[in-house]
Amino acid sequence: MQIRGRKQMKGNNRITLPIGPQHPSLKEPGCFTITLEGEKVVGAVIGIGYNHRGLEKACESRNYIQNLYLIERVCGICSHTHSTAYCQGIEELAGLSIPRRAAYIRVIVAELERLHSHLLWLGVAGHEIGFDTLFMYAWRDREKVLDMLAKLCGNRVNYGINTIGGVRRDLDDRMLQDISKMADALQDQVKYYLDLALTETTLSARLAGVGKLSHEDALKFGAVGPVARSADIADDIRVTEPYAAYAEIPVKPITDTHADVFGRTVVRVREMLESINIIRFCIKNLPDGDIVVKAPLRIPAGEVISRTEAPRGEDIHFIRSNGTNMPERVRVRAPTEANWRGMKYMLEGGYLADVPITIAAIDPCYSCTDRAIVVNSDSGTEVMDWQKLRQYSIDWYKKQGIDIPSVKMPNR
Amino acid sequence: MLRNGPGKIVNMTIKQFFKEPATIAYPKGKMDIADKYRGRLIYDPANCIGCNLCVRNCPAGALKITNEGTKGDRKMRADLNVGHCIFCCQCVDCCPKKCLSFSQNIDLSSLNKKDLTVRL
Amino acid sequence: MLLTFVKILIFPGFMFLAVYGLIFEYIDRKVYARLQNRVGPPWYQPLADFFKLLGKETIIPADANKRMFQTLPVISLSAVAAAFIYVPVFGEASSSSFEGDLIIVLYFLTIPTICSFLAGWYSRGVYATIGSTRTLTQMFAYEVPLFMALLAPSLIAKTWSVTGMTAFYSEHPLYILINFPAFFVALIAGQGKLERAPFDSPEAETEIVSGALVEYSGKLLAIFKMSIDCELVLVASLISAIFMPFMTGIAGLDFVLYFIKTIVMLLFLAVLRSAMARFRVDQMVSFCWKYLTPIAIAQIILNLIVRGELV
Repeated sequence: MQIRGRKQMKGNNRITLPIGPQHPSLKEPGCFTITLEGEKVVGAVIGIGYNHRGLEKACESRNYIQNLYLIERVCGICSHTHSTAYCQGIEELAGLSIPRRAAYIRVIVAELERLHSHLLWLGVAGHEIGFDTLFMYAWRDREKVLDMLAKLCGNRVNYGINTIGGVRRDLDDRMLQDISKMADALQDQVKYYLDLALTETTLSARLAGVGKLSHEDALKFGAVGPVARSADIADDIRVTEPYAAYAEIPVKPITDTHADVFGRTVVRVREMLESINIIRFCIKNLPDGDIVVKAPLRIPAGEVISRTEAPRGEDIHFIRSNGTNMPERVRVRAPTEANWRGMKYMLEGGYLADVPITIAAIDPCYSCTDRAIVVNSDSGTEVMDWQKLRQYSIDWYKKQGIDIPSVKMPNR
Repeated sequence: MLRNGPGKIVNMTIKQFFKEPATIAYPKGKMDIADKYRGRLIYDPANCIGCNLCVRNCPAGALKITNEGTKGDRKMRADLNVGHCIFCCQCVDCCPKKCLSFSQNIDLSSLNKKDLTVRL
Repeated sequence: MLLTFVKILIFPGFMFLAVYGLIFEYIDRKVYARLQNRVGPPWYQPLADFFKLLGKETIIPADANKRMFQTLPVISLSAVAAAFIYVPVFGEASSSSFEGDLIIVLYFLTIPTICSFLAGWYSRGVYATIGSTRTLTQMFAYEVPLFMALLAPSLIAKTWSVTGMTAFYSEHPLYILINFPAFFVALIAGQGKLERAPFDSPEAETEIVSGALVEYSGKLLAIFKMSIDCELVLVASLISAIFMPFMTGIAGLDFVLYFIKTIVMLLFLAVLRSAMARFRVDQMVSFCWKYLTPIAIAQIILNLIVRGELV
């Protein structure tokens, strides 16, 4: 689809503005075609799918240990949650139960990840509304969390601390003290951000009343995560279906009644404070013991669904194994995929200046989202399986004059 | 502190003006890397038995182990494609003889692709 | 004759304005960075940016009006340079002055805004059109309070020349305190005129990618950016000449004092830039008409009372 940046006069003063695929406000490519009348948005067409990498297909030709790192790289900021969901599914299929210490370490890393993801979001939201100072401060504080994760797990993002059967690294007392100190320093900063969000008039002027998604609409569109929790839906997997060590840790789901971008901001900042409390609880009550149990190479046949609470909402993994050392089908339903449905409804009726912050407020992770392919044909939609899709792509390239089987691939 | 008003962040910005900047001008400034940060691999050929478990479990297919001697008199060599390596250290974990370990060296860029395949 | 040319083109005319504009941009960016706990650019950054832009290729869109595209930056820069002639640099002396030159300076200050609007209009792209309409909408918002705030002190000084007002207020320093609300309004409306945060929605990077100047590149963009920097110097000098006219009478010392005054104005503007989120255009219009204009009107009434016309 070719998007032209020209003024298209439809006789009633409407212009079509393309936001994307390359735009300073988008962190990843996505095409939003906004129809404007003056400064008001009267129509929006959402186009995503620029980040499809074929991860689910790639998982089918690698063994379970290689897939661990592939699944982790579905997303850069919710990587630990994807990896935890995957490991949990495999452990359930293989009938393993991980040691308690490993479960607690998984929770500590997951809460640290939630902290740094929400701080990143706060900075991005500040940048979208033109508040660059908040952007710089939030990202400076995020560096503390990233340095702590580098000390704990060996890398700043894509930590690689999970393995099938437990975790790969242990925490010693010095690291626990460092985490406590960092948590204390961060708590003062986050309380300052909460105060700023609640009382700064320019922030609330830009954020309040924007991107409204009421309680009924959030249920209708199937929103998850902070988007749903800001509309007073107390949906948090850590509470409704506890995984890892969450059954033993008191978690309070944070809800708010504003149901707009301001509510989402408040929910995320309060979740940061709750994460700091959870980290403190885990450090105090960390049990002793092993950190890993031995996992078999071949996983028994079966199907499993495992759910975790990513910073952006509910993350579902479906794994089907057939007894070999490679999975048969892996399906990742990232939380952003559920949140995109309400976007068109949220954008229409607002101003142009609200479009970037509305898109940013669901905390979109485009790389997480792009999974399935549905091809629209004239007779409606159809779902293709692997053979049909392969044949469809070969025929499409043949129409362009390229013969796929005769293309030589360069040597690695 | 709950009074409403614009420009409330001014207090903090004025305080930051007199502090040291939080960013360093790399490479002029020094960067401190955590110990146990996963960097370039280190290979000890003395104990390697050529089982290729590391090669099979590498998610990126970046490692290659070859035996340049004979079966009786081994001369094991490892080649790593630093451009493909994702620094997960799964190879370090699954080696039964513990021949692989990792350093904190992360300055691994080069100006041409051939230099990216290094001999460990 | 030669002396007039030197005064207008070199010092304290155009060359001085250009060099001082680059220095101002450096100080502004460095202070903005330090307020955000960052390092900031080195001292030669604005000069390097200017030369880099001069060396780039100038691309003009196919359905843009080529002649207007190329002349608008030059008109913008020359208007700012012409306005600077009447602003006092050595204490109360400027390159040239006559009765009524405050009106001329304000008129010249509108020209860069109109040029920016026309540049966006003639570029014929969607982002440029939205940016230029926002420029005009914002002009309707800040123009009235800015003009009223800058004209209010002239009521007490009984003169409409900038140098005349500077001379009057340095002789009667107590009247400066009466003009304090106008100073506040002029500072905020000046930030709107310069289209800097929080009033930078004509140039909102995250919404319309650089607004009216989106299609400009190369030499033309270099001249436009130079005119924006010079406009910053002009507004800072104008506000410091009208509202902070401290003089000692010795020419050399007054020149140093000029630097100090304008840099203090710049510090205010830089802190204002870092302190708030961007206003939407409708919020900007309602803010200016609800808060700034009544304060300016109140200042005019107060000045009329002090002058003795009312009451």
